[in-house]
Amino acid sequence: MMDAALNRRQMFLRMLSRPLLVRRGRTLTALVAVVVAASVATATLNLYTDVQAKLRRQFRSYGANIVITARDGGPLPADALARVDAALGNRGVAAPFAFAVARTAAGAPVVVAGTDFDRVRKLDSWWSVTAWPATPGAALVGKRAYQSLTPKGGPLDLMFQGHSLHSTCAGILTTGAKEDSRIYLSLGDFTAWTGLAPATIEVAVSGAPAEIRAMIGTLGGALPEADVQPVRQMVEAEARVLDKTRATLFASTAIIILTAALCMLATLTASVFDRRKDFAVMRALGASQRTVSALFAAEAAGIGLVGAGLGFALGLGIAAWIGRANFHASVSPRFGIFPEVLAGSVLLALLAAMMPISMLRKVQPAIILRGE
Amino acid sequence: MFPRLVYQSFRRQRRRKLLAGVAITLGVAVATAMIAVAADIGDKINRELRTFGANIVVYPDTDTLDVEIGGVNLKPPADGAYLNEADLPAIKGTFWRHNIVGFAPLMPVTTNASIAGHPQQVDLVGTWFAHLFRYGPDSFSTGVRATNPWWKVQGAWPADDTSDVLIGETLAARTGARPGDTIDVSGRKLKIAGVLSAGPAENQQIVAPLHVAQEIAGRQGAVRRVMVSALTKPEDDLARRASLSADPQKSLSPELYDRWYCSPYVNSIAFQLTEAIPHSRAEQIRQVAQNEGVVLARIKGLMLLVTLAALLASALAVSAAMATAIFERRHEVGLMKALGAGNISVAALFLTEAGLLALLGGAAGFLMGIVLAEQIGKWIFSARVTVEPVLFPVVLAVAVLVTFAGSAASIRRAMRFSPAIVLRGDA
Repeated sequence: MMDAALNRRQMFLRMLSRPLLVRRGRTLTALVAVVVAASVATATLNLYTDVQAKLRRQFRSYGANIVITARDGGPLPADALARVDAALGNRGVAAPFAFAVARTAAGAPVVVAGTDFDRVRKLDSWWSVTAWPATPGAALVGKRAYQSLTPKGGPLDLMFQGHSLHSTCAGILTTGAKEDSRIYLSLGDFTAWTGLAPATIEVAVSGAPAEIRAMIGTLGGALPEADVQPVRQMVEAEARVLDKTRATLFASTAIIILTAALCMLATLTASVFDRRKDFAVMRALGASQRTVSALFAAEAAGIGLVGAGLGFALGLGIAAWIGRANFHASVSPRFGIFPEVLAGSVLLALLAAMMPISMLRKVQPAIILRGE
Repeated sequence: MFPRLVYQSFRRQRRRKLLAGVAITLGVAVATAMIAVAADIGDKINRELRTFGANIVVYPDTDTLDVEIGGVNLKPPADGAYLNEADLPAIKGTFWRHNIVGFAPLMPVTTNASIAGHPQQVDLVGTWFAHLFRYGPDSFSTGVRATNPWWKVQGAWPADDTSDVLIGETLAARTGARPGDTIDVSGRKLKIAGVLSAGPAENQQIVAPLHVAQEIAGRQGAVRRVMVSALTKPEDDLARRASLSADPQKSLSPELYDRWYCSPYVNSIAFQLTEAIPHSRAEQIRQVAQNEGVVLARIKGLMLLVTLAALLASALAVSAAMATAIFERRHEVGLMKALGAGNISVAALFLTEAGLLALLGGAAGFLMGIVLAEQIGKWIFSARVTVEPVLFPVVLAVAVLVTFAGSAASIRRAMRFSPAIVLRGDA
């Protein structure tokens, strides 16, 4: 009794494994179909989830999307920047700005700003600067201010409420916007000269619109004495572009996965249908309908399983390659989608095997064997 | 004999042919749609990126410095130079006029106003909302509604030929002014049409039709600056070389200069605006112009790579389907060879069949791809995605090639067997 059971199981395994090895060509074709479908699904799903984060980071090069200003034109509290940094953690960059209208030696008004150059470099990456000021007393002069104030590159003499400042021009700043008409000093120099503290902090936070709204709430809680406002222009444009990109990627992903799945289904179905003689021989030799179905199902599931494994690894590779080629950053592999890919592949493989079997079931083995 | 063999094979083995045909059709449809979308996505995203606002600013070339902090103008009232409003329609006469999505003149004035009974100093900006103007035989409409799509108005947008205004939401909240109220600005009665929600600077201003600001300033036809929103091509080496000197016509060779001038780079469009408007200087707004190039390049690159992956996947799927279809027919090969057919005629028969299948499936797939691309365009961008007709022969050729490649290995293997063994059914 034990022997018979063992033999039957051995026989089943043998019938399962031998055709796979003997008919390597056919097995390989079916396997390739599954691997293609699984790898494409893995790669596109991986990209779909990761690309948004990558693009969001790209959008942060647009600069601040939140602006904190003191109410009623007064200065922000002395520890404002520290409080903002604490609220941000490592999710964004903040830069303080203090402004004053000074007069040149010729009496022309000019806006002078004090800021932290290291932070501004990170926040406003589009600033085109010939050389960043490195020494105290050195100023970054906007292009238009430079042209009208110090066309010969001489020193800058500025007056603010009776206090004079002698400064040198370290570099020229070009942005095409209001910054071009200003002179930027380091915050230390600016405060020592004017006695004014920062009244504005610009913040660039990366994240989804909901996360940015939450951050505005957090910042408002950390600085109840200031106005915290989103820069609508940035927030809205980013959301629109991201939405469209995500939708395009989603449509592509859906179409590609669907096609790959259909092609895999077609290939597997054809390969099972091609084996109708094996099916008929087994039936003629007395195998039950269930045993034969189980055999074909087990074979299909095996191919689905192996194909999904190989395809998953290949798909992660493709996603990583696209990430490196396009974003110069690795796409972090999402192992969480493995069960879905696996289940999808095995289910499709089973479906592909069961469709022809259920068709053949109604036909007498003799008719199939006679080749009709 | 040969055409008959091919014809009968299609007639008798409809199921098998259909399966392979469906695989080819699907593969080609996906390839066509993906290529069309990837080719068009740059233009589509470029238009979305215009939500970031103007990327070029035009100002008078003898301009004095702006004295402005947080949107508040601190400049002496009589200071500064102006552009002429009458010169603006010439923007539509420049080489890249079709790339200019919109433009809006700005005319700021600082003036005294009485809002809901509170007398105070306010910044009033005159502009076009959706101004109608003529250039040559055509008429156009443009203004801040085109250049600043993030501006939200509660109430109604004012018309350009009235003296209705928008009031910034911060200013409105502070004074309690509401749409429909009348405010008094330097002796004029202006009706508030709506409350504007925009940036921190605009939220404290009054935005009025251009002629109102010009009358308050006492300067007919004067404009401080013009914001231009243009579709541009990301900057490359040529554009960077051109921006190194003030006069690209001298620093570049005539050939390079023509190429630069006839490409929609942000600095070549700015250069043409300077030419079109007398006594002006146009400059790119780097925050918008520089970053959109990077974002655009990333998104285009992403779609290109995804398209590549899709093409590869559909090629493999088609190959696999063909390989199965031919492997199933090794009995026929055996029979033909037993009847005396040579390897060449067998291969010719199979390849002809594969080629026919590829042409039929390719044509059907191309049509399906057009529909798919249109649907994607309509669904995501509410705009057409056009499929270039030149793609058709390319797609067909690739379909035939891929089908041949998929068939070749199977045909070779089917021919290797001895006919007797195949016919006995032992292979």
